[in-house]
Amino acid sequence: MKFGVVVFPGSNCDRDLIHVLEKVLQQEVVVLWHKEKKLPDFNRHDCIMLPGGFSYGDYLRSGAIARFSPIMNAVVEFANSGGYVWGICNGFQILCEAGLLPGALLRNINQQFICKNIYITPADVASPLSHSLNPGSAYKIPIAHAEGRYYADQKTLSRLQQNKQIIFQYCDEYGQVNETGNPNGSQLNIAGICNETRNVFGMMPHPERASEEMLGNTDGKLLFDSFISYADALEVDVIDDLLR
Amino acid sequence: MTYIAEVKVMPLKELLDPQGKAVLNGLKNLGIDTITEVRIGKHLHLKVEAEDVEKAKTIVENACRKLLANPVMEYFEIEVHE
Repeated sequence: MKFGVVVFPGSNCDRDLIHVLEKVLQQEVVVLWHKEKKLPDFNRHDCIMLPGGFSYGDYLRSGAIARFSPIMNAVVEFANSGGYVWGICNGFQILCEAGLLPGALLRNINQQFICKNIYITPADVASPLSHSLNPGSAYKIPIAHAEGRYYADQKTLSRLQQNKQIIFQYCDEYGQVNETGNPNGSQLNIAGICNETRNVFGMMPHPERASEEMLGNTDGKLLFDSFISYADALEVDVIDDLLR
Repeated sequence: MTYIAEVKVMPLKELLDPQGKAVLNGLKNLGIDTITEVRIGKHLHLKVEAEDVEKAKTIVENACRKLLANPVMEYFEIEVHE
């Protein structure tokens, strides 16, 4: 599989992401400028990543303008055809604005930009991002956002729960999902969700900032490892089927 | 013909507006305690080229649905005049 990292004007976590994918995880990475209209040579075993940052200065609403960048039509098409799309922080906001994920990210309940390590726990281990994680364990990963309070109406929330689309919830350091562990007031402590078909993911925490020993935290790498092993195994299955 | 559209974009009524809440606290601290609620939204001032008022309104409504407001968290009201 390979990764495509989209760079919008105002993206600022793109380099970190590319570094971790290439240098730490030894993955093939294609950097995609937002003006491009096509995703060259990507198939549904590949993953398009929307990095964190402040695309278009967060004008109007976070992600609202990036969602109309030329490349986004191709990203939506790619997602609808089953390709993996993973948005982190501003990338999550863009995916919600684009309608690829339900709900919205509102201003943090305390009105402040929060930049610190928090804990998340997998709410479900059926998703590619969490399948090799331990349910009930707390993973320490930093957040850095002012608009990260997940909001959706009650109907949408029940649907997310029923379909097990909530991937990560904020928790305390012991893995308990409670108010103490919720940094921004997100409904149901939601830190990350996926779409119904489990190929589009969005999360506010930054695993790419917690993937190297040198940075003192490698919990984020476990998410990438989980995803890559899931996607690689699926790809091998498909190739086996074709050869059979 | 050029029309002026005034668009009000507000957080949905059922949504907590922490910015408004912080401002309300500020007002209380100032001693202005007869204001009991503050909700903060956006006001957009647009110039629209259209044949008549109705068409101008349709154009602005479409713009609100597609970009200016996010129905998951906001509602909008439009006023169009010459």
